[in-house]
Amino acid sequence: MPHPSLRLALMLAGLLLASACQRETRRFRESPPAATSETAVAMSELQPGPKARDLPVVNPYEKNAYAVAEGERLFGAYNCTGCHSHGGGGIGPALMDDEWIYGSDPENIFSTIVEGRPNGMPSFRGKIPNYQVWQLVAYVRSMSGLLAKDVAPARDDHMVMAPEPQRTQVKEPIHAFTPAAAEHP
Amino acid sequence: MSAPITADPAAAEPEARASVRELHETLERTWSDRPGLLGWLMSVDHKSLGKRYVITAFVFFLLGGIEAAMMRMQLARPESRLIGPDLYNQLFTTHGTTMMFLFAVPVMVAMGLYLVPLMIGSRDVAFPRLNAYGYYTYLIGGLFLYTAFFLNTGPDAGWFAYTPLSGPEFAPGKRVDVWAQTITFTEISAIIGAIELIVTIFKQRAPGMSLNRMPLLVWSMLVMAFMILFAMPWVAVDSQFLAMDRLIGTHFFNQAEGGDALLWQHLFWFFGHPEVYIIFIPALGYVSTIIATFTRREIFGYPAMVLSLVATGFLGFGLWVHHMFATNIPQLGESFFTAASAMIAIPTGIQFFCWIATIWGGRPRFTTPFLFILGFMVTFLIGGLSGVMVASVPFDLQVHDTFFIVAHLHYVLIGGAVFPLWGAFYYWFPKLTGRMLSERLGRWNFALFFIGMNVTFFPMHLLGLAGMPRRVYTYLAETGWGTLNLVATVGGVTIAASVLVFLYNVARSLANGEVASSDPWEASSTLEWATTSPPPAYNFAHLPVVQGRYPLWSRTVDEPVVTGLRTDQRQLLITTLLDATPDHRHRTPDPTLWPLVAAVATGVTFIALIFTPWALVVGAALVAGPLIAWGWPKPKPGDPIVTEGVR
Amino acid sequence: MPDWLQSVLQPAGPQAERVHALWNFMLAVSVIVYVVVVGVLLLATFRPRHSEAELAEGAPGERGVTRLVSLATAVTVLTLFAFLLFDFSTGRALTSSVKPAVSIEVTGHQWWWEATYYHDIPNKRVTTANEIHIPVGRPVLLRLNSQDVIHSFWAPDLNGKRDLIPGKESSLWLEADTPGVYRGQCAEFCGYQHAKMAFLIVADRPADFQRWYAAQADTAKTPTDSLTSRGLEVFLTSPCVMCHTIHGTPAGATLGPDLTHVASRRYIGAGALPNTRGNLAGWILDAQGIKPGAHMPPNSLSPADLQALLAYLGTLK
Repeated sequence: MPHPSLRLALMLAGLLLASACQRETRRFRESPPAATSETAVAMSELQPGPKARDLPVVNPYEKNAYAVAEGERLFGAYNCTGCHSHGGGGIGPALMDDEWIYGSDPENIFSTIVEGRPNGMPSFRGKIPNYQVWQLVAYVRSMSGLLAKDVAPARDDHMVMAPEPQRTQVKEPIHAFTPAAAEHP
Repeated sequence: MSAPITADPAAAEPEARASVRELHETLERTWSDRPGLLGWLMSVDHKSLGKRYVITAFVFFLLGGIEAAMMRMQLARPESRLIGPDLYNQLFTTHGTTMMFLFAVPVMVAMGLYLVPLMIGSRDVAFPRLNAYGYYTYLIGGLFLYTAFFLNTGPDAGWFAYTPLSGPEFAPGKRVDVWAQTITFTEISAIIGAIELIVTIFKQRAPGMSLNRMPLLVWSMLVMAFMILFAMPWVAVDSQFLAMDRLIGTHFFNQAEGGDALLWQHLFWFFGHPEVYIIFIPALGYVSTIIATFTRREIFGYPAMVLSLVATGFLGFGLWVHHMFATNIPQLGESFFTAASAMIAIPTGIQFFCWIATIWGGRPRFTTPFLFILGFMVTFLIGGLSGVMVASVPFDLQVHDTFFIVAHLHYVLIGGAVFPLWGAFYYWFPKLTGRMLSERLGRWNFALFFIGMNVTFFPMHLLGLAGMPRRVYTYLAETGWGTLNLVATVGGVTIAASVLVFLYNVARSLANGEVASSDPWEASSTLEWATTSPPPAYNFAHLPVVQGRYPLWSRTVDEPVVTGLRTDQRQLLITTLLDATPDHRHRTPDPTLWPLVAAVATGVTFIALIFTPWALVVGAALVAGPLIAWGWPKPKPGDPIVTEGVR
Repeated sequence: MPDWLQSVLQPAGPQAERVHALWNFMLAVSVIVYVVVVGVLLLATFRPRHSEAELAEGAPGERGVTRLVSLATAVTVLTLFAFLLFDFSTGRALTSSVKPAVSIEVTGHQWWWEATYYHDIPNKRVTTANEIHIPVGRPVLLRLNSQDVIHSFWAPDLNGKRDLIPGKESSLWLEADTPGVYRGQCAEFCGYQHAKMAFLIVADRPADFQRWYAAQADTAKTPTDSLTSRGLEVFLTSPCVMCHTIHGTPAGATLGPDLTHVASRRYIGAGALPNTRGNLAGWILDAQGIKPGAHMPPNSLSPADLQALLAYLGTLK
């Protein structure tokens, strides 16, 4: 039986290992099922009978700095900036504030990108591989400061268009998936 | 000075003998460390710290060598799938960072901190507690880098970390931040080492050791120390700019917001070029010392040798753009650096000629240290010649960033610094440990290393000319580079074998090697050989008075020694700068734990700085505590701390 | 000495030849210096020494040695001077102020090369990737830029390298003496696939170059049969269209290499693989297996779709 302080030390080392490993892994390739997985998102809060407990969808990319950086790259590459600018919005709504028309949970954002939304958000199903959509989801959430500060991307090498996610204050969503938000202009 | 006292107790009368023994015991009591682990951690003795420093640096050398071995395994065959690009990038980055920042400079500083006080006839360095702080900071920095490496957070943007690749957009995560902070640790310890060496050399030389009688090794350590002082801050500044860009959104290297990607390169190479001379110049000191001993002749042309060292030190600061010839700097400006880079061959050439003249006029003894020096001359010359070649802009534009440069840099660094370092290890091992290393194993060490090094790196000249760039994790079979890469890998294995022979030699000697006398080589000329092997905690029972450039060769039976220093407290004799006439006595601190605590606090601050800028505020408070405790004056009763003048 | 794929030692253009001449001079001088210095060193070390007295006699004496050392130093200085002269004259010969026959803007990306040929008439400007054709015997000016990090353009057979630094434009002259294919590679560490960022310079005879240029300036061939039409449809409805351009189709993204004439190129993946149908299939399905870390995602296509796509891409000559 290892000495208690040794056990504690090993536990701490394991924790350190796990956290650093998660942030720093570079996964270049997702196996096909993961690359194409989608998550079912309910379109309404109403349910018959008692409300079923929703297990939160955790986007593993939210703890991975490389994936979030890829999301940042793809955000510009796939021209999200054309409508959303660098988070400040324009033709499309702002993405770095605390208002989420369709919800801020990862599966909501995923759904937004893959399905599209009324009033102009295109559906990118089949055009952006799903694992890249998850990377974009992680980046979009980072724009509102919802990611850990050591994972969120820092400034990029362009003209400053938006505050960097690493130093953005957390903007908790004030409307968590309510149709009332759709009334906002 | 008062009446001379002979150093040999046996020759004196019984009363005199008893008083000599009493003297040794009192000095031992005053200068030795406390027993046990705590005493070891509290030590401020330059020898104890110096030995630790050398051993730590050597461990990093081994780790860097393992990384090199892994890279060579991957490159041995085309399209090998042994190591992927991500791990390979971390390997070559960590290899370069380890060798340059954690091995090469620290080992030279460490040898200096150990040898210089002995060679100049003093009892310790100028600031013993600062010395301890410098070592612990270095140790924590090195441990930090490797802990990060094993946590998959090892830096992967190259040891030179060019922006924008190392910047916030293209290097996600904390890997490059780890690199930037490792630099900070090593900068602090190098600068501390430099301060120690400069002040010690300028102010603590034994009476009679005027500047023009200083051993060439001490001169080389002095030049190295000044170069560190002027070069190291720039890489600290550079790495902090990068850390700020990555952590708090500054734009030093962001072209789009008024910064400049090339600023990184200028700042880095303004440090980076002097850095290699910082590594090289002490090695020149080892060469001079070992040649003098094993040819039993004074080094020819002492003034020319000293001026060459100083000239190399100055010129080394004017070459840095030769690392940037391929950028869009105007060619007229680049030509200046071609001329300067060619010019620096002249002082080194002068040194070569003086050494050859020394050997010519002397009687060589082919001990292992001398073999390594011969190996140095034959190997470094290739590196120096290829260096003059790449000073040319058109030629450099062809071979820059290819394996030709890898060959060049290893020829000058291994040939120019590691060979003399091996020689120095063999030469001073008896002094540090009191045991002799086996000559037979030493020859094997030399032969394997010499052959291995040349078999590894000579083909790389051709590989570079044949089009192979650097920092590639693989290459196509049709490039034709496979055979030469395989040869280089075989050479690498030979180098590994030679290092194993060395480790075995050391282990065997420490266990039951031949015991070493004060001067086992029987022809040494410098003062460290005037005391026992290993030296006692107080270095010399009587500090010597120097009468010539080669003190042990100009020793007389009744030569004067220094008297008047107290034996019940730690005192150093401070002398004047030019002529080393005694000036005053100086009370030097007792062992203390505060440098270690301060180093840990500093370490915590820098590591936390990777994650949040607030660490600077909290860290400042954290470090202030131990620093205040460190500096707090503690007079003991009846103990004037003020220094006394000498009549 | 084997024939290397890309080498400083097989110059194929005037600039590389000048550097080769400089190399030969420096090599010769270095060998001589090395042999002389090591020779004297070995002589000094191993010369027979018999006694102290003979030693004192045999030694040239302090003044004599000083003269010899001074002489050696002077010879060193003169040799370095000669080297500088040769070097500066080579450098001057390499700078050129002629009018280029062709002007190409080369943009470095992680991890491929974009090349846009300048032409007075905008719609005759050609954009291609990784394979740069130049007319033989004529000076070509490359204007070098980078989209992301620092790269370095290096075709050793033709000239030295030049760094591509984001935000700064630099230039490089190329000229090939004989028709042929000259390989080059990125020579500044630029990330995961720095090792596989190669390009080809194809030196064509003037008529061949004109023909190649005209073909490249054309839009893509319209698909004629059902298989290739299906292939175009697959292209336009898959992630392909998000990154690649095929002139003459709605695909106009500029993230990845321009594919309008992809079938005319000898290699794919910036020199990673020869451009064969099988390799292209592997690249499309799983580029990460060939260049881990590259920006090309894996694509899962049904076999029928894949065959159609390959058929279509095969028509893009």
